[in-house]
Amino acid sequence: MSATQTLVPHRNAKLMRTWPLLTPVVFVLLVWAIVPLVMTLWFSFQRYNLVDPTITGFAGVDNYKFLLEDPAMLAALFNEVVLVGSVLAITIVFGVAFAILFDQEFWGRSVARLLVIAPFFVMPTVSALIWKNLLMNPVSGVFAWITTKLGFGAIDWFTNYPMAGIVIIVAWQWIPFATLILLTAMQSLDREQMEAARMDAARGPQLLRFVILPHLARPISILLMIETIFLLAVFAEIFITTSGGPGDATTTLTYLIYLRALVNFDVGGASAGGVLAIILANIIAFFLVRTIARNVDI
Amino acid sequence: MSTLEIKQLRKSYGAAEIIKGIDLKIEDREFIVFVGPSGCGKSTLLRMIAGLEEISGGELLIDGARMNEITPDRRGLAMVFQSYALYPHMTVAENMAFALRLAGVPKAEREQRVRVAAKTLQLEALLGRKPANLSGGQRQRVAIGRAIVRQPKAFLFDEPLSNLDAALRVQTRLEIAKLHRDLQATMIYVTHDQIEAMTLADRIVVFNAGRIEQVGTPLELYHNPANLFVAGFIGSPKMNLIGAVVRESTPGALVLTLDGASLVSVQPATIAAGAKLTIGLRPEHIVVDPQGPISGHVEAVERLGNESIAYVGIGASLPLTVKLPPQSPVALGDKLHLALNGHAVSLFGEDGHALGWTQPQAGG
Repeated sequence: MSATQTLVPHRNAKLMRTWPLLTPVVFVLLVWAIVPLVMTLWFSFQRYNLVDPTITGFAGVDNYKFLLEDPAMLAALFNEVVLVGSVLAITIVFGVAFAILFDQEFWGRSVARLLVIAPFFVMPTVSALIWKNLLMNPVSGVFAWITTKLGFGAIDWFTNYPMAGIVIIVAWQWIPFATLILLTAMQSLDREQMEAARMDAARGPQLLRFVILPHLARPISILLMIETIFLLAVFAEIFITTSGGPGDATTTLTYLIYLRALVNFDVGGASAGGVLAIILANIIAFFLVRTIARNVDI
Repeated sequence: MSTLEIKQLRKSYGAAEIIKGIDLKIEDREFIVFVGPSGCGKSTLLRMIAGLEEISGGELLIDGARMNEITPDRRGLAMVFQSYALYPHMTVAENMAFALRLAGVPKAEREQRVRVAAKTLQLEALLGRKPANLSGGQRQRVAIGRAIVRQPKAFLFDEPLSNLDAALRVQTRLEIAKLHRDLQATMIYVTHDQIEAMTLADRIVVFNAGRIEQVGTPLELYHNPANLFVAGFIGSPKMNLIGAVVRESTPGALVLTLDGASLVSVQPATIAAGAKLTIGLRPEHIVVDPQGPISGHVEAVERLGNESIAYVGIGASLPLTVKLPPQSPVALGDKLHLALNGHAVSLFGEDGHALGWTQPQAGG
């Protein structure tokens, strides 16, 4: 009791001493994060189109209504889910496989580890260009050359399988991150636990199911959360390869907002899309954090 | 029901040889303790027996069958790890039943065997808990329970008590001894703690630098160490090992000059006069005696309550450790006269091997 009584005034005094130092940081963060948010909210209720500056005034919920009634919105949401879901699945599967592989001793492991991490250091714009022009190009790409040599003919990825093409590029960029996180987790797996499992006759798939995956459950959930946040914002890869097409086949919510704001110059509508995206991201984050908190109490 | 035989077993990592040809036969229901300093190869040998390390040379036989190429799970052995190595996401019951589950044992039998083991170890109330919610001692018992459930031919313990606090260690030691009596199983136990070795073992195997120094019952090792290493390793406080020269050798007696120029006579032995040797004196076999042949000043006193340990400088390179009664009035700097109290004295030749046994001669 006496400890808390003496502690509280002490803590207040400390706060009084430190708040002048904290204020600039808090102020910058506030300006950085809250002001754009509030402005977006404000614009989303305004008639604000750069093509015709004479149309102004309060729009009520018209911007939202217009957006939600637009069939492109539903398609964008669907595309967003396909993109994020596929990339998550691919990166986790490959991440676990690479983490197990690079946890083994083999000759040249340190170089191989460096190489598997490398794609993460390539900026999205550059990697999208490399994939589009050097690998997936149906005329001059390496993939076309290989499949033609094998007698299958060339695949025009961004015409026939645009979403698959983008998923491959984005997954390629994010597998290193998943590998990195899961590899460090693998290295913290107790060797004696693996040996105990060996003595208990667990091998291959059983070792994976009963020892490795339970151990990786926590890093995988964290990975899911971090990747989801970043994948919802994928833009450069779409912009460079397909520009959201053909039609709206690869238009995600992020890309739709871009189209509204900077192609149609409809700032009000784009802001409404932005607000919806924020709400969506928060809902996902909320459920993720909750399930993680529940799953992870080992 | 199993015997274990090791023939010329070797282990090397590249050019470094860790286990240098070990022969050992372990009888059915025997409690064998491997003891030795860190890095002596005792844990490696245990892991080779378990199948977790490959055997570089020699043979391992369990019940007469060669095991070198058999996978760990088919050797019929169960191991208790130093870190316990429990599966953190499984409950106590699931941990204990895991090997049976993989082996395809029916659920009813699994539960039955887990119940029996849990009863033996007083784990019944904890069966639904996860390892994270157990204390160190409870985790230790679960690890042992996991081994019992498998009904192995032999139990392997790898320093199982080293993560427990001192009080719990004594208690668990007693429990393991009781378990051995109850289960009537062959057990191999690795430790660097000689008290665990002395209290638990039927036979102790002392390792040093990848070789066996001596195999014997705890008291054999204590009273009759085969060489200087075992003499120095077994017993606490350590045996005094002092350089000596044979001054006179008669059929009935041997007069030795110690490092500190004190004279001691022992009997009987047949060693030529002038031979250099090492004399081993247990601290409890030295008594204060005003007429004693050894004298020196007290350099340190440790009072442990049940006994006092005095370190007496007698001119040798190391002070003589002497165990005294608790109330002994010695003080720092006192001059003490000491004698040997009639118990055995060990003599070691220049090569470090024991030369045999002698009795100190009455009257010094």
